[in-house]
Amino acid sequence: MSTSNITTQKVNFKVFRFNADEDYLPYYEDYNMDVTSEEVVLDILNRIKWDHDGSFSYRRSCRHGICGACAIKVNGRSTLACKENMSTMIELFGSELTIEPLSIKRAVKDMIIDKGDFWEKHDAIHPYLISDVDEHPEHEHIVTPEEADRLLEADLCIQCGACHYACPALEVNDRFLGPAAFAKAYRFEADVRDQARNERLQELHSEEQGIWDCVKCFECAEVCPKDVNPIDKITKLHLMLFKEGVATSNVATRHAVGFKHSIAKHGMLDEGGLVLYSEGPGIVKHIPVALQMFRKGKIVMPWNMPKSDNLDEIQKLIKSSSTAKF
Amino acid sequence: MKKLKYALFTGCTAKQSTPEQMMSTLAIAEKLNIELVELTEASCCGASHLQDYDDFLSLVLNARNIAYAEKHELTMVTICNTCQLNTAMTKHRLDNNADLKAKVNEKLAEVGLEYKGTSNIIHFLYAIIDDIGLDKIAEMVTTPLTQFNIAPFYGCHNIRPSELQNESHKTKESAYRPTSLDDLIIACGGQTVEYVEKNKCCGFHVELQAPKTAAILTGNAIAGAMDGNADWMVTPCPLCHLKLDTQTHHASQAIGREVKLPVLHMQQMIGLALGCSSEELGLKHHVTKVDFI
Repeated sequence: MSTSNITTQKVNFKVFRFNADEDYLPYYEDYNMDVTSEEVVLDILNRIKWDHDGSFSYRRSCRHGICGACAIKVNGRSTLACKENMSTMIELFGSELTIEPLSIKRAVKDMIIDKGDFWEKHDAIHPYLISDVDEHPEHEHIVTPEEADRLLEADLCIQCGACHYACPALEVNDRFLGPAAFAKAYRFEADVRDQARNERLQELHSEEQGIWDCVKCFECAEVCPKDVNPIDKITKLHLMLFKEGVATSNVATRHAVGFKHSIAKHGMLDEGGLVLYSEGPGIVKHIPVALQMFRKGKIVMPWNMPKSDNLDEIQKLIKSSSTAKF
Repeated sequence: MKKLKYALFTGCTAKQSTPEQMMSTLAIAEKLNIELVELTEASCCGASHLQDYDDFLSLVLNARNIAYAEKHELTMVTICNTCQLNTAMTKHRLDNNADLKAKVNEKLAEVGLEYKGTSNIIHFLYAIIDDIGLDKIAEMVTTPLTQFNIAPFYGCHNIRPSELQNESHKTKESAYRPTSLDDLIIACGGQTVEYVEKNKCCGFHVELQAPKTAAILTGNAIAGAMDGNADWMVTPCPLCHLKLDTQTHHASQAIGREVKLPVLHMQQMIGLALGCSSEELGLKHHVTKVDFI
């Protein structure tokens, strides 16, 4: 193999160190290394352990981007270490790289974290096919390619936790199930063989699970090493909730539906009207902020609500194109 | 300098809760010799919430908006990150799915319109950087913002999903190390503030359904900028602006620390550097007082 195109660069790695059995607080250790353009992040973790400190701990297994064990964060970005090229990291962040576990607050030893919360949430969505299977079937349960396509690659998830520990909603709300669990739920909701669709959807819809608490930041889509695109699956679950008649009236569902009503009436969104429609009597809690905004000329009165030109076109399209009912 | 011309998709907030954004957009367009043809027929983009309820309807409505830009044979500029996302995503889906495009056009035909896919959709931030250039902006600065530490706040929907967003503009942006807004601050003569939260979520989209989550995210963002010694923040997104400007009380309560900073729209920052008056830029409309002018 030709090595003529391999380049080398000096990189300073600032590496998170913590041993829950010995350390009161975590600390960072510096390791300066010559990094070649063909190495992946996992090679660096190996070299830290093999060449610098045998006590350095991390998870690794397949080295083929399949097992999901070696996910960590580089400069705050969730990364599957065995898949991510060092050249990409250096191009993105330069030659000062901070290596940390996926979740500092869940660190057990160096890069190893307690993923208990991840698995609890994974389990909570019943991540398996639920179907009354004939014990003596006369033929296979055929799934057509078109039906398999409906999974939209949600079955490619390797449960690495990259999206879970990158999710800002989960970071501040530990009741939120998180993008990985929702993507997995979609994988079974979209499976034509699954017979627990409404039951699972009802659980996802409950406020405790918080499917409506996704902040829509697309961080999960950005970090997923397998292009599962969890936020796309969360959106699809929202749509399923309405389509299957599982959605009940709450602030979040009224907020989504309110857009249609507002657009039908004005073309544009009536911001104040939407808050009223979504919150109902709960709107009173917004009064202090609304008064401040009013004083600054940021609230439009209903009689001055702007409307789109050619509103009749919009109304006609809503009437003929809308498929959702709630 | 050659006159640039775009179709302007204002979005809804510029007509209601952020009138200063509309004022400052028009003010700097004049300074930068840009002609903006407002798409007065445009509807709301759905803001990612209609998309949770009626995906096909959102596609039809966004395609209709783009069709009007196409009628003008102009690139559409957006001044809201979420409008940018929903419009660009519609374009991406229709341009890459002939069946879907045909179904959407079947509906648009009912009102005499057609989505062709000929207009680019670009946020004003990137239109300025791509078509005018940072060097030219720097040359045009008459009132450099030299004395200010300015914290850029990018907003999610301009930088993620990066593959989609980077389709629309020449200036490639990393979702993890975005530079466009920092570069613009420097072009305007200011000092840019580095802080972890600059490319994080402000929480706007769950303000009603998960107010605590939203308030903590807002609080963390302002706190990060304050810890970076920022004099003020700047954002290209009116939704981030609303959250950061109007929700400081809730944010302070949520994180147990008093947080408050003036938050300017990107257009207002450029306007200040180009010598626009505070009246032209609508600075009186801010809830968190802009007290440094």
